[in-house]
Amino acid sequence: MRFKDSEHLVRLAFVFAAGLVLFLAVRHAIVPKGFGELGHYRPGALKDIAALPVKFAGRTTCEACHDEVAKVKNEGKHAGLSCEVCHGPAAAHTQDPTEHAVNKPDPKVLCVRCHEADPARPKSFPQVVSKDHAGDVSCAECHKPHSPKL
Amino acid sequence: MEVTRREALETAGKFIILSGAARVAFNELHGEPVADPEKYTAAEHWWGMTIDIDKCIGCGKCVEACAAENGVPDGYFRTWIERYRVADNEPDNPHVDSPNGGKDGFPVLNDMPDAKSFFVPKLCNHCADSPCVQACPVGATFESPDGVVLVDQTYCIGCRYCIQACPYGCRYLDPRKNVVDKCTLCYHRITKGLVTACVEVCPTSSRQLADLKNPKDPVHKFMRENHVEVLKPHLATGAKVFYKDMDEAVR
Repeated sequence: MRFKDSEHLVRLAFVFAAGLVLFLAVRHAIVPKGFGELGHYRPGALKDIAALPVKFAGRTTCEACHDEVAKVKNEGKHAGLSCEVCHGPAAAHTQDPTEHAVNKPDPKVLCVRCHEADPARPKSFPQVVSKDHAGDVSCAECHKPHSPKL
Repeated sequence: MEVTRREALETAGKFIILSGAARVAFNELHGEPVADPEKYTAAEHWWGMTIDIDKCIGCGKCVEACAAENGVPDGYFRTWIERYRVADNEPDNPHVDSPNGGKDGFPVLNDMPDAKSFFVPKLCNHCADSPCVQACPVGATFESPDGVVLVDQTYCIGCRYCIQACPYGCRYLDPRKNVVDKCTLCYHRITKGLVTACVEVCPTSSRQLADLKNPKDPVHKFMRENHVEVLKPHLATGAKVFYKDMDEAVR
């Protein structure tokens, strides 16, 4: 026979084959399913991130139930505002309105957040120096937040 | 009967034209197909944002809403607002402040009465050629097919290379999970047909979500008719947050 001293080659081939199998097994175990399908990342991450819970319901959802107050707001100066600007995230409220109430903010704190005079604000935006404008009187005494024009 | 090559081509042509006409007629009768959130197709969108600096009043409601929507820990920001004050003799040296990212609003400052002063909202620019994605050694951060830069938090090893790579400072290491976190452009909302939390609450509509692949999106008119810039254009990151009327002092 020509390769009569080939036993060491067979043994070597066996070691290589075992190494390859081990490598493929480890690779299969640690590389996530579908990795590389869309790019150098796990495509399942897109679904995971898209499935995160929503906290802000959106104004159309609010207006579906609160159509009367929405009508007042949408005819006034605050028409462009979403309800959740002032009332906070309301997705939980839409699921269970009795269990989860929305914020009813204090006008004295909330109104000045946007309307306190600040040189950095655009000149056309309505703003007042609240101390001079009203002293300690709450904004809501004169202006109704849903339709603030006097 | 022998069908000539000419006849076969004519018949095929008529069939194609008629089936096209039938499809148009069907769409006319049934209206536009309504987008089904269950059938969101990433390839049909290319997301970005437009910001009108002249409309931003610095109320910080966007920062607050972002934190509430995404559970951002205190002291960390996926979006924040900077107040610029530029003295007319020092246009290259703006005074910038951002107390708590603008989350609680800005205290009124009157010590530079003659300075040019304005607010600049910032967030991840969702770059098309993101330096952060190129830096990630494990493939945990990526550009989605619809143009949003995301982090796979189950895969991130917390090495922080991407935080260093981002030229806009938009990433942070979440101290609770020791993995990187950043603006997802509210991916869980935009894939359901909602706008991002910051856009939802912006009282002056300074921020607008933009779908650059949608020919009906107002973003196209916005880009055409205004002076629009991105931050650090010389870095060629393909940034997709477009600022209208941005002062050259903004970095």
